[in-house]
Amino acid sequence: MFDQILQFLLTGVTVGATYALVALGFAIIYNASDVVNFAQGEFVMMGAMSAVALSAGDGGLPLLPSLALAVLITIGVGILLQRFAIAPAHGASVVTTIIITIGASIFLRGVALLLWGKDIFALPHFSGETPLHIGNATLLPQNLWVMGGAALMVIGVHLFFNHTTQGKAILACACNRTAASLVGINVGMMMLVAYGLSAFLGAMAGILVTPITFTSYDAGVMLGLKGFSAAILGGMGNPMGAVAGGLLLGLIESLAAGLISSGYKDAIGFVILLLVLFFRPSGLFGRASAERV
Amino acid sequence: MKRLTGFWAFTLLLVLLPIVFPDNYYVTVVGGTALMNAILAVGLNLLMGYAGQISLGHAAFFGIGAYASAILTTRYGWNPWPAMSAGLALTGVLAFLVARPILRLKGHYLAMATLGLGIIVHIILVQTEGLTGGPDGLSDIPGLAIFGWAVDSDLRWYIVMAVTLLLVLWLALNIIASRSGRALRALHGSEIAAEMMGIDTTATKTGVFVIAALSASLAGSLFAHQQSFISPDSFSFFFSIELVTMVVLGGMASTFGAIFGAVVLTFLPELLVVFEDYEVMIFGAILMLMMIFLPQGLFVSGQQLLRRLLARRATGTAKEGSHGAA
Repeated sequence: MFDQILQFLLTGVTVGATYALVALGFAIIYNASDVVNFAQGEFVMMGAMSAVALSAGDGGLPLLPSLALAVLITIGVGILLQRFAIAPAHGASVVTTIIITIGASIFLRGVALLLWGKDIFALPHFSGETPLHIGNATLLPQNLWVMGGAALMVIGVHLFFNHTTQGKAILACACNRTAASLVGINVGMMMLVAYGLSAFLGAMAGILVTPITFTSYDAGVMLGLKGFSAAILGGMGNPMGAVAGGLLLGLIESLAAGLISSGYKDAIGFVILLLVLFFRPSGLFGRASAERV
Repeated sequence: MKRLTGFWAFTLLLVLLPIVFPDNYYVTVVGGTALMNAILAVGLNLLMGYAGQISLGHAAFFGIGAYASAILTTRYGWNPWPAMSAGLALTGVLAFLVARPILRLKGHYLAMATLGLGIIVHIILVQTEGLTGGPDGLSDIPGLAIFGWAVDSDLRWYIVMAVTLLLVLWLALNIIASRSGRALRALHGSEIAAEMMGIDTTATKTGVFVIAALSASLAGSLFAHQQSFISPDSFSFFFSIELVTMVVLGGMASTFGAIFGAVVLTFLPELLVVFEDYEVMIFGAILMLMMIFLPQGLFVSGQQLLRRLLARRATGTAKEGSHGAA
C-alpha cells in the first residue's frame, strides 16, 4: 500500500510539474496584461510538435538543436500572438479577450492539424528508459528531467521577477501601465517579453513531458485547461501560488486515479477546485480582493 | 408596441424563409440547427450580456436536458412530454443549487468555476455507462408528436424550433423590459450600487442563472428528439465555448445580436467545409479577427454603423436647410 502511494506521489509530482509550468505561464500573462490566455496549452503543443517535426526522419536534426529550435519557434508564436492579436484589442472586455485567445488556440490547432495531421507522436527519452527504483516504486529518468527542469525554470522565473530590472519592469506594468510608461518603461516591449517568457515555459513543458505522455495536434486543449485550473487554484495574482496549484492538482489527480477511479480523476480535480473556490473565492494563495466603489 | 417591433419582424422572417425557399437544406436543416442554437444563445445572453456573469459551462444544462429526455423515453418508456418536463425540473433544481455558491465568484474565478461544472457534468455523462450509454451515447430516441401531429420532417422540426425560439425570445424581451431586467442591468453596472438601491442581487443572479439553464435544457430535449441519437461529444467544453462565442460575436446585451451570433456560428462551418484541411485554421482566424476589430460584436457594430450613417444624413440635410434660410 505504502509503495503504491509512493508511486502515485511520484507520478503526481511529474504531472504536477507540467501543470505548474503551464499555470506559471498563465499567471505571468495575466499579471502583465490582465488577459487569461486560453492559447497557453497550444504553446505546449507547438513546442512538442515542432520538436518532433524537426528531429524526425533521416534528414532530421539531432535532438538538442531541434529542441532549441522548437523552443525558439514557440517563443516566436507567443510574441506574434501578443503583437497581432492581443495588442490591437487593448482595452477590450474580459470576455472579448478570452474569445480572442480561444480563436488563437483554434487557429494554432488548425495550423498543427494542417502541418502534421492527426497522428500521435513521441520524442525519444533524453537519457534512456532504464527505470530507477525507489523502494518498490519505479521512476523513469525522464520523470527526473521533468521535475528538475520545472524546478530550475520556476527558480529562474522567481529570480527574473525579483532581481532583474526587466522583471521588475514587467511587474510595474502589471501594477499600473500609465505610471510604468511615465517612468520610462517601454510597456509594449515588456508585454512582448511576458508573452515570450510564457511561451518559453509552455514549450519547455511540452518538450520535457512528451517522451512520457506523447503529443498530438490537440494535446494542448486539456493541458491548457489544467494549467488554468492550477493557476486559479493557487490564486491568479500570485505566480508561485500557480506553481503550488499545479503541483497540488497533479497530486490530487494521480491519487484520485490510483485510489478511487481513473475515469473520474479529472472530475475529482475539478470538484476539489470548485470546493476551494466556494470557501476561498480568490484561490488558495491569492489575496482577497476588495471592490472599489 | 414599439418594443416588440423587432420581435414581429423576426417572426415574419421566420415564416417567410421556408415559403420563399421551400425544401432548402440551408433553411430547414442548417437553419433549424441555427434556431436551436439561438434558443441557447438568447438564454445565455440574459446571464452574460445583461447580468454580466460569464458561464463557460452552459453545455452542461443542454446535456442534462437532452439526457433526461433520452434516458426517460428509451430506458423507462416515458412519453416525450413528461420526460422533457422532468428534464426541465431537474435542470432547474440543479441550477438553483449551484447558482448561489458559483455566482459569488467574480471574473476569471467565475469563468473557471462554470468551466469546471461543465467538465464535471461531461465526465459524468461519459462515465455512468449503465445509464447514459457512456461514450457511445444513446440511440433510438423517439420523435415528438404534438396532438397527433408527428414532427417527422425537416420542415416540421424547423417549425418546432422556430416556435420555441419565439417563445423564449418573447419571454427574454419581456424580462429585459421589466423591473427584473432593470435589476439585471443595474447589477451588471455595479453590484454594490445595485444592492444600495435595494436590489436583492443574489436572488436576481440566481433567477437569471436558472432561466438560462432552463432554456438550455429545453433546447437539449428538443435536440435529443430531433437527432434520435446523442453522445457526450455534443455537450463538451467546446460547445460551451461555442455558445459564449455566439453571444459575444453578435454583441453582448443584445438579444437579436445573440440570435445573429448563433446563426453566423452555425453557418460558418457549413460554408468553410469547402476549405477542407484549412477549415479549422480559417475558423480560428475569423473568430480572432472579428473580435479584434469588432469587439462590440457584429450585430451591435452593424447597428451603430447604420445609426451613424443615418445621423450623418440627417445632419447633412439639416445643414443644407440652415443654408437655405440664411
